Amino acid sequence: MRPELDTRKHRWWRSALAAGVLLALAVAPRGIMAHGAARTADSPVHGGVLTQGFQNDLATLDPAIGYDWNNWPAEKMVFDGLLDYNSGTTIVPRIAASLPAISDGGRVYTFTLRHGVRFQNGREVTADDVAYTINRVLDPKTKSPGSSFFLLIDGAQDVVNGKAKTAKGIQVLNRYTVRFTLTQPDVTFLNVMAMNFAYIVPKEVVAAEGANFGHKPVGTGPFIMKQWIAGQKIVFVRNPHYFLPGVPYLDGVTFLIGLAPEVALLRLQSGELDMLGDPIPGADFIRIRDDPRYQNQLVRYVQPETSYLTLNTQMKPFDNLKVRQAINMAIDKERVVRIRNGRGVVANQVLPPLMPGYDRSYHGYPYDPAAAKKLLAEAGYPHGFSTQIYVLNVDPQPRIAQSFQHDLAAIGINASVVPLASATLIDQASTPHKTPMVWSGGEAWLQDFPDPSDFYGPILSCASAVQGGWNWAFFCDKKLDDTAARLKGLTDRSARLAGYRALYRAVMAQAPWVPVDNDVAYVMHSPHIHGGATDFAHNVHTFFYERLWKS
Amino acid sequence: MGSYIVRRLLLAALVVVGVSIVTFILAYLVPADPARVYAGSNATAQTVARIREQMGLNRPLPVQYLDYVSRALHGDFGTSYKLQTPVLSAILSRFPYSVELAVAGIVVELLIGIPAGILAALWPRSWLDRGVMGLAMLGVSAPQFWLGLVLLYTFGYVWPIFPLGLAQGPTSIVLPAVAVGLGGGVWYARLLRSSMLEVLSTDYVRTGRAKGLSGGAVVLRHALPNAITPIVTQLGLDMAYFLGGIVVVETVFGWPGVGQLAYQAITNDDIPLIMGTVLFAAVLIVLVNIVTDLLYAVLNPRIVYT
Repeated sequence: MRPELDTRKHRWWRSALAAGVLLALAVAPRGIMAHGAARTADSPVHGGVLTQGFQNDLATLDPAIGYDWNNWPAEKMVFDGLLDYNSGTTIVPRIAASLPAISDGGRVYTFTLRHGVRFQNGREVTADDVAYTINRVLDPKTKSPGSSFFLLIDGAQDVVNGKAKTAKGIQVLNRYTVRFTLTQPDVTFLNVMAMNFAYIVPKEVVAAEGANFGHKPVGTGPFIMKQWIAGQKIVFVRNPHYFLPGVPYLDGVTFLIGLAPEVALLRLQSGELDMLGDPIPGADFIRIRDDPRYQNQLVRYVQPETSYLTLNTQMKPFDNLKVRQAINMAIDKERVVRIRNGRGVVANQVLPPLMPGYDRSYHGYPYDPAAAKKLLAEAGYPHGFSTQIYVLNVDPQPRIAQSFQHDLAAIGINASVVPLASATLIDQASTPHKTPMVWSGGEAWLQDFPDPSDFYGPILSCASAVQGGWNWAFFCDKKLDDTAARLKGLTDRSARLAGYRALYRAVMAQAPWVPVDNDVAYVMHSPHIHGGATDFAHNVHTFFYERLWKS
Repeated sequence: MGSYIVRRLLLAALVVVGVSIVTFILAYLVPADPARVYAGSNATAQTVARIREQMGLNRPLPVQYLDYVSRALHGDFGTSYKLQTPVLSAILSRFPYSVELAVAGIVVELLIGIPAGILAALWPRSWLDRGVMGLAMLGVSAPQFWLGLVLLYTFGYVWPIFPLGLAQGPTSIVLPAVAVGLGGGVWYARLLRSSMLEVLSTDYVRTGRAKGLSGGAVVLRHALPNAITPIVTQLGLDMAYFLGGIVVVETVFGWPGVGQLAYQAITNDDIPLIMGTVLFAAVLIVLVNIVTDLLYAVLNPRIVYT
């Protein structure tokens, strides 16, 4: 054996060992590293890019088509409407220079646009663009899911039915003035014009991109969509020519797509992500909520949503009012909130707490299983009956349905739980005479806009009690329908809200649902992202990106 | 051989057509309304009905199928209801990632399986052998979702050597490949062990040893090529399966492959995308099986196809 070779081998091992030790120290476990407190700044600074993680890709950024609460905040980055909301639920002008002039008893709305608002391709926005945008939503070829909101415009029904190209109730008066005439007075028209469907789009870009406009959107908004790699990431950058001064603060926003919630949470904790786009995973929630390190990184908000158990008024024995009222008294709602780890508040009525028209003095049905059993006997079912509870098959919904099963068993009702995938559940629940009870958790009603009419028309009116509708109780009361229609035209706000309180009390008296809870959501963000509570969790926009800033 | 290949390809085409019909029928039998999925939960019933009409979903099923086939033959596989993008381009843009993961996963399987299998066969019933076989049981049983999260937590968060999910940077393939290949790798070891034990006891191996060939030459040059056939079969099956998309691993790691796309399509009853991903996987499986069978003829000259 040659001695020199031996020495070389020996030295090699020593170097390898040293390198190994250095490597281990360089990637030292996180437990050893100190967690410093984040430096917070008091007032907004400009700059920085916010990265947010999502499991699912956005469907589209076309404001005429996107209709879920992932698309909407993103569309709000790229587009604007004539109207918007302030940090609460008050409507303010956006592309419009001021709130519209309302005339003819609430039938006619005349908007004047600001001058100099430009699309991101440089062209100025005119009244023609507003007319084009709304007519496009009505055009059946666009396949807009929001077209029904605009049917209150005169002539809109003809466009939707394919009999006309434009609605006669939309008139361009001059370059910056557009007038809408409704079929009848409806104060919710302002809310409708503040919806994403009414965000103004440039005709020439839509014509050029066709069906691809949703992936190559051009609007007037505070951010420009720069790049979309399908299934991987979407990059937004600040619009340097935005017409509102001072916003946005961020230089850009990047969506990272495909992150499972568990992995997104790890990334946020390691500082590689600024905000979670999906809820904190259930298994980690309590640990995160109770950890003092994350106290100023969590924003808690009650969603404008109600989760309810529907009782099919067209199927025996739920056509019997006393049966429905008995069930309302048998359900333990506190237990449901516990199953959700506290991510809910008990509901006793149709509207969620932050909705104008919420009735603070209404207490609903008490939790009283003994009284429930008595009422059930009076209804003619002293020995109960058998039935089914349909539910979404995503945790914790089946566990909540089992909680109801337990409550119903206590009063003699034998309910089996039927968990189904989302698309199937929706199909079954919206088929008449099919599903006696449906727990809407996970598929519950989230507001379209902050007006109490939004919780009646789509889910409790006769028009919605049809195949394919969302009125899964198939509740239909013509008198209440007439009341709801009348309330839409009332301009006196306090009379209107009083009217809705009475309307929903009347609905609860007939007990088509058991309102169980309103979801509470938590937004988790890194210590470097700042904003008010309503900037992280805006009532309508959820993530109000233009108001967030990074230190 | 030429006529064999032509026959196999014709059969393959028949299989793909059969798969397309069955998938189409199944997608429509599922009680779900694609128009509702497209429109979202808040759209009115009347709006959803109008959109249904616009999407052509009210036409008779055979009409819809034939329309689908005639467009497919021109390369148009429709537009995803949920993603609003053409199906073919959505699949093709993700396919390279699935290929990368499939190949990397198989590399991990071979890197684990071949050495472990050889060593286990050379020292049967030793602690090494029993250890490898025990690991095989564990590896096959470990759920990939759990394994993926454990790998991410340990090597992406506690010791941040690798990225936490997503396909960013050259090292991001490592953890997903390990999650894919770990279970299969130890299974390959088991397969190779059995096969090697058989081959090592044959006459020609004993002849080789008697001739004075070194242990390494006997094992690697003479025994291994004959013992490798079951692994080639399994490899072919694995490759065909992986190329169609590894749903669980892709979902955990956020790896933008076809598997993730297929999973989303199914949960959304996104019929064009379901058809696209299933047909894509079917074509790949059939083609890879043909290639695997042809590979036997290459590896073993005694095999001849007529």
